[in-house]
Amino acid sequence: MDPTKDQKLWMYENMVLSRRFEERIEKIYLEGKTPAFNMADGPIPGEMHLSNGQEPVAVGVCAHLTAEDAVTATHRPHHQAIAKGVDLKAMAAEIFGKATGLSGGRGGHMHLFDPSVNFACAGIIAQGCGPACGTALSRKLQGKPGVAVSFLGEGAANQGAFHEAMNLAALWKLPVIFVIEDNAWGISVAKSDATSVPRNDVRAAGYGIPGHYIEGNDPYAIFDVAGQAIARARAGEGPTLIEVETYRLAGHFMGDAEQYRPKGEKEALFARDPIPAMRARLIADGDATEKDLDRIEARAAETVDEAIQFARDSALAPETDALTAVFATQ
Amino acid sequence: MLDTQTNERRLTIARAMAEAIQQEMQADERVFVMGEDIGALGGVFGNTRGLVDEFGRERVRDTPISETAFISAAVGAAMDGMRPVVELMFVDFFGVCFDAIYNLMAKNTYFSGGNCAVPMVLMTSTGGGYSDAGQHSQCLYGTFAHLPGMKVVSPSNAYDAKGLMTAAMRDDSPVVYMFHKGLQGMGWLGTEEGAIVDTPETGYTVEIGKARVVREGKDVTLVGLAMGVHNALKAADKLAEEGVSAEVVDLVSLVPLDRETVLNSVAKTGRLIVVDEDYHSYGVSGEIIASVCEHDVSKLKAAPKRVTYPDVPIPYARHMEQFCLPNPDKIVAAYKAM
Ligand SMILES: Cc1ncc(C[n+]2csc(CCOP(=O)(O)OP(=O)(O)O)c2C)c(N)n1
Repeated sequence: MDPTKDQKLWMYENMVLSRRFEERIEKIYLEGKTPAFNMADGPIPGEMHLSNGQEPVAVGVCAHLTAEDAVTATHRPHHQAIAKGVDLKAMAAEIFGKATGLSGGRGGHMHLFDPSVNFACAGIIAQGCGPACGTALSRKLQGKPGVAVSFLGEGAANQGAFHEAMNLAALWKLPVIFVIEDNAWGISVAKSDATSVPRNDVRAAGYGIPGHYIEGNDPYAIFDVAGQAIARARAGEGPTLIEVETYRLAGHFMGDAEQYRPKGEKEALFARDPIPAMRARLIADGDATEKDLDRIEARAAETVDEAIQFARDSALAPETDALTAVFATQ
Repeated sequence: MLDTQTNERRLTIARAMAEAIQQEMQADERVFVMGEDIGALGGVFGNTRGLVDEFGRERVRDTPISETAFISAAVGAAMDGMRPVVELMFVDFFGVCFDAIYNLMAKNTYFSGGNCAVPMVLMTSTGGGYSDAGQHSQCLYGTFAHLPGMKVVSPSNAYDAKGLMTAAMRDDSPVVYMFHKGLQGMGWLGTEEGAIVDTPETGYTVEIGKARVVREGKDVTLVGLAMGVHNALKAADKLAEEGVSAEVVDLVSLVPLDRETVLNSVAKTGRLIVVDEDYHSYGVSGEIIASVCEHDVSKLKAAPKRVTYPDVPIPYARHMEQFCLPNPDKIVAAYKAM
């Protein structure tokens, strides 16, 4: 399945949007945290997991989704949220802990919920696998369209919840796609030190469902395989497992000294940065001109500026809001 | 970190924990460590730093993110003659593996009529205050202490951290060792100076199940554990400025619970405030107050109070979280409202 020119440009724009957004977040996160790095300080406190380098996975998959389809994302959710169409202003404001944020500051960057586009994420490893099955089941029971995509890391593929969910999805032929972002590291632990097989696609066989491994962090290849899997799910043929080779350009979280990485690894990864690579490819393939892409990049930067400004300008919720929204308001 | 002027060896809790494990691993071949990022990284919270260099990857094992598997594996290894120390990185993650903990680790001794011991240590980080939101900031002291069959300890300073860890590894029963992130001395999680104390190099144990009066007073008893002790000590300073003499009890252990030390203190002061960063209801604070009341309510000159985390999930936004957390001012206010 090949992306159309429009789909390619959509993918590129969303990759750039995610990257620009995280570049801004990265800078602002360090405000108030120098010279002494204390996670509690600054306009964005707490843990911060950046997804730069992993954008191709999010766009290659989400290019096939509409708002009615569901995504359950991870603790590293920005690229997935952006590609799924989560409102960037409300997302930025949430990361700043503001009243205008997606959950009024209660969730923060690991707990972004946007029901208008069926997006949710969570901080516990493999926590999205079960809920994705549930959404898919609900659509089946209600006779409503839509598929569910559960993103997870390669480290999460060793968690029980992932395996239980795969079996459930296969058994009940649910319209679910499990997408593993294989960035080679679970914090400091290499995939080869944590996983009994080199590639997780083979594990699909244990559940009788198709499994694919995609090399090279290639957005078009991801688009192709994800497109087929999603079409399959929409046709009622059940779940698929896809693992994608991708790169974590940043540390596990901000403040990570990354001493566990072999020498030269980071430089090699940056040399394979998927964004400049896609830019060059779009031009070489005649899908866009330099000028077209400059325009797209400028638009992305502007969208990010507006979102960040909105977040900065927004007020904090009253502190007593901490005590509300525990239960549903009838 | 030897202070040449005082001859003190002031360690952080992280270093004290690592040193206790190191010394026990030197002395006892059966001790080994498992957990996520506990090898080359030395633990996200620093409490296994240096161990893999000295003992190698066979005895200091980085695990997959498979808590059910490796914690129940520790149970099996413990019952087979080993003495595993396993780490659950954040206590909040107990949700994915609690069966291994409370149905296996905690019950196998009893189910076997005492014929099978499960000598293992489950160490896990607790606490918030740095905006890590509701899946990475909980204490859950009451949750663990509620369930029979496992001892539960939580140090407030490096001296206790080392001695409790050594005692836990030597104990033939499973011990849940809960360390508060804000007390680890990691810098990036802030630093509580009061937790960094003189810690002897030679091995020693701190008795599990024994509370300690860490500050003597006569007007009110402040009971806490881990971070709560430091909040109580700071509140005691503030109260002292107003001429109120507060006694502070560090529980040190939750299971077994040293009710006697609390009762003796309250018998002296007649007033009780419990400080607990865990949720308000059904937890440590209620247990302490109930213990005092059912023992001899006539000792109380006023209704007891508790300064705790309200019964809501922990929010991300700093101002909201700080609004909810116990602090010295809230303790002072509680005293004034008595
Ligand atoms: C059940 C559980 N165990 C451990 C953690 C701590 N933790 C957070 S991220 C992470 C590594 C995850 O690796 P991976 O799934 O590959 O995702 P990545 O961080 O590489 O995106 C770990 C161990 C957690 N959040 N939940």
